[in-house]
Amino acid sequence: MSDTHHEDVHRHVKTYIRVFVALAVGTIITVLASNFHLGIILGIIVALIIATVKGSLVAAFFMHLSAERKPIYWVLVLTATFVVAMVGLIMFARRDQQGRQQGIFAVPAKHVPVHHAETPEGAHKE
Amino acid sequence: MSTAIEIPYNSTERPDTGLYNAKLGVWLFLASEVMLFGALFSTYVLLRTGADTWEHGAEFLNVPLATINTMVLIFSSVTMVMSWASLKMKNFGKYKLYMGLTFLCGVAFLVIKSFEYAAKFEHHLLPSTSTFMALYFTMTGLHGLHVIGGMIVNGYLWGPGSKMWQTDPERFTNRVEVAGLYWHFVDLVWIFLFPTLYLLPGK
Repeated sequence: MSDTHHEDVHRHVKTYIRVFVALAVGTIITVLASNFHLGIILGIIVALIIATVKGSLVAAFFMHLSAERKPIYWVLVLTATFVVAMVGLIMFARRDQQGRQQGIFAVPAKHVPVHHAETPEGAHKE
Repeated sequence: MSTAIEIPYNSTERPDTGLYNAKLGVWLFLASEVMLFGALFSTYVLLRTGADTWEHGAEFLNVPLATINTMVLIFSSVTMVMSWASLKMKNFGKYKLYMGLTFLCGVAFLVIKSFEYAAKFEHHLLPSTSTFMALYFTMTGLHGLHVIGGMIVNGYLWGPGSKMWQTDPERFTNRVEVAGLYWHFVDLVWIFLFPTLYLLPGK
């Protein structure tokens, strides 16, 4: 976008207004869709699809990613790789843990301190 | 004896990257921001999937106020990009108008958010109340800090920083563009935060 010409900017301004309308409509659709009780899975999928479309519009047009130089795309590819690795490793670790025990933060039995229901009399006396 | 050293590629593009330096720098910064918010979103996924029950945000968070806030941020993204476009069209007066509006949208967002926070505190909904509320305050709080950071930059570029338009207009236009990249990123994060915290069904 650095070499944008005057007349190009006029054209872009019209695009910005259209994108704004699309984002506003997307927001209203997201709120309305959440009232439809689509169920947990479908509800999450619909909400995230709309958010992704809205986010893509912001990135493509307001952040000018639709016509950017290559180094920027490489930075983003690298970032996306690290995000996927971070989320992926966490989810793999979770599945691995779930396979052996119930609950994500369940502590292995050998590490659980033994609690005595009743404290012997005089235990706290000096 | 002092010699002025000119920093290269403030307004012209580097031959190897095809970008002026600030743009590549801000995109690298945004990459680190993606990792920061990515970590928080994956924390949300991890805690939600590991929990037996999960709250439906809409039952106790204020969806209408958050919807208005979403619209405010989207509108501010348009005014931000329009402020840059105004400079490209050599219209400094319009730049001041649009950048001023962007700043005011930031103020409006924070005022609305503070109403929301106050209502939560009044109902004793604190970060210690539940995992959901801890995530709500962490994620919206960090996002709010980013809004404040953006407002400081935008306020500077609207006020004292705008003097650069007289001396080095191209460099100033680039500064507004990269400030815009950050502001749009803050808007983008909110676009995902809003449904995640306010609208996704509980379990």
